[in-house]
Amino acid sequence: MRLLIQGGHLVDPANLVDAEKDLYIDDEGFVVGVGKAPEGFKPERILDAKGRIVCPGLVDLRARLREPGLEYKATIESEVQAAVAAGITTLCCPPDTNPVIDTPAMAQMIQHRAWRFGLAFIHPLGALTKGLAGMELTDMRALNDAGCVGLTNALAPVTDTLVMRRALEYAASFDLTVFLHSEDPWLHANGCMHEGEVSTRLGLPGIPEAAEIVGVARDLALIEQTGVRAHFCGLSSARAVAMIARAQGRGLPVSADASAHHLHLTEHDIGFFDTQCHVLPPLRSLQDREGLRAAVQRGTIAAICSDHQPHEPDAKLAPFAESEPGVSALETLLPLTLRLVDENLLTLNQAIAMLTVKPARILGVDAGHLGVGATADVCIFDPEARRTLTAENMVSRGRNTPFLGRELRGRVTHTLVGGDTAFELGE
Amino acid sequence: MTGNLQFDAQGRLRHFLTIDGLSRETILEIFTIAESFISVGEREIKKVPLARGKTVVNLFFESSTRTRTTFEIAAKRLSADVINLNVGASSAAKGETLLDTVRNLEAMHTDLFVVRHNQAGAAYLIAAHVPPHVHIINAGDGAHAHPTQAVLDAFTIRRHKGGFENLKVAIVGDILYSRVARSLIRVLDILGVPEVRVIAPRTLLPTAVETLGVRSYTDMGEGLDDADVIVMLRLQRERMRGALIPSEQEYFNLYGLTPGKLECAKPDAIVMHPGPMNRGLEIDSAVADGPQSVILPQVTNGIAVRMAIMALVLGGREPAEGGRPA
Repeated sequence: MRLLIQGGHLVDPANLVDAEKDLYIDDEGFVVGVGKAPEGFKPERILDAKGRIVCPGLVDLRARLREPGLEYKATIESEVQAAVAAGITTLCCPPDTNPVIDTPAMAQMIQHRAWRFGLAFIHPLGALTKGLAGMELTDMRALNDAGCVGLTNALAPVTDTLVMRRALEYAASFDLTVFLHSEDPWLHANGCMHEGEVSTRLGLPGIPEAAEIVGVARDLALIEQTGVRAHFCGLSSARAVAMIARAQGRGLPVSADASAHHLHLTEHDIGFFDTQCHVLPPLRSLQDREGLRAAVQRGTIAAICSDHQPHEPDAKLAPFAESEPGVSALETLLPLTLRLVDENLLTLNQAIAMLTVKPARILGVDAGHLGVGATADVCIFDPEARRTLTAENMVSRGRNTPFLGRELRGRVTHTLVGGDTAFELGE
Repeated sequence: MTGNLQFDAQGRLRHFLTIDGLSRETILEIFTIAESFISVGEREIKKVPLARGKTVVNLFFESSTRTRTTFEIAAKRLSADVINLNVGASSAAKGETLLDTVRNLEAMHTDLFVVRHNQAGAAYLIAAHVPPHVHIINAGDGAHAHPTQAVLDAFTIRRHKGGFENLKVAIVGDILYSRVARSLIRVLDILGVPEVRVIAPRTLLPTAVETLGVRSYTDMGEGLDDADVIVMLRLQRERMRGALIPSEQEYFNLYGLTPGKLECAKPDAIVMHPGPMNRGLEIDSAVADGPQSVILPQVTNGIAVRMAIMALVLGGREPAEGGRPA
């Protein structure tokens, strides 16, 4: 359908656009005009976007869809619907499903399931080692050919440094990006939250900051050794991001992201054992959160992601250490990022860049921009609309979020994927 | 589950989960009620009818002899019906969730659960999910809190020292894992003890221990210097396994309370231990059985204090004369 999005404020950081401009989309689902109509363009539908922000569909670097294997938590279908309702049109999902995405067949299966719903683009990451066991390498090149945009061992660190070295070398041979959750498993031990003031008060086993520092230091040494392109996922401590900044300064090919909730919450939000704040890596001290925010501002952290981990209610109805970590976070990604604009940490343009073109570049996918010729993945939102998040108005199957009952600013009204309406807010 | 659940909308104590948030007045009120109950235990008819017709379930997910027994005696002296359940071996092993276990027992019209669990926060979780007429007393949750023990320890200190204003209290041993220490530090702070010290090797101290408002010492002699009260903590013998201490001998040599080390404290210092003791590991028998030991009075006081706390949360807040048999 030929579509004209009229009167909106277009924010497209990739093309340095930040102004009121109309957007013209042809019936093939591509952008054919920005600001002025192509010759002879007759829209079949005009979408009034007055007072709204029009931006590229959001690109989420890390979202667990729970399929296959954990369908009692969520499914690709349920979570893709939640994604488009939140303006997200491209998702990258980690391989720690059951079975693990460590074969081309598994990678293709995930994408086939996603295509069947046709709502959003799903890019899997392949496992770095078979079964994520940290012992044998996967067929990385075949996984890449089957659509995996990168490789990761997810939350299970490869403890054997020689295997890790070989894995990074092998990935580097084929110019593949490795996504790292760097942590020393021995220092993590049985920890379930940041080791500090609050763990001391609550008597919960802590995860020291040193667990992350040691992991990052080891991995940086191996990155330097192997020359692999690496992306650090969800760093939690100020000292770790400072190490990344120094590595970037020395020219190492490393990037980093932060989850939106780590930019807003600290260990203190756990209060009296709030399991909704049980996340890994853990929420750390206020100084750590300020360090992450400063890294977002400076660009050391290039992208903000949801780190979506939907759970069934019982997963959180347990004593803190026995509850499952993670937040259902697709639907708070945009509002929590806009809150950083309200708090004068980022301009709207920078915030949108961290949700669109920057994560797209990390993934190496053609998304997150709206120039002429681009696929029309579009997010339209009302920046002033406020609503209180409740279990009832969430779309995701997982309602596990510490932001229930909080008022959030910024409401997605339309999401287009390849020019088709994937979501439209009802009246 | 984020707030302090133990008070109802009127600010009354509904559950007893932690020392956090308790006022000095509430703790002193518990002391007053407990003083009146001390005499109950010394009479021939050791019962008051304050909780007659109430059902108390001692729900222990972790084994315990002393704490469970004193709660049982306390409830019986209040004339409640008491059931002891050691769930560690039954429901939990069959895969029943904690909340399902509680819901089943609640369906049997239980008025008060006394809960012990190896997970920090377990008592909170239960308190957050029971109906308003059901009360929870935390009898120890992981390394988090053991608030009734802390109150009875403070009560014992007051009975022997008269007050709290000028005391130096030293807590020795496995602070990292000790729920007793966490609760005791809080209660002593609320009661106005000017100086609380913790003494242990760094491996047995939480990273941010000083944020609890204590001074930490690794040297026993320095830490005990001029102390009025010494609280020895039980060292779990399996602590060698996590590379936390090298050996029992080294631990006893450095931190075991011997008559020689006791001389560092004030001559009239009292020695406490929440039990069960490891003689020859954290405490020398000569000290445990010596004239400065108040370890057995702690146990006796524990019953009166637990009676007082049960009476308070059940709403039977009776002043001193109310403690007399009807």
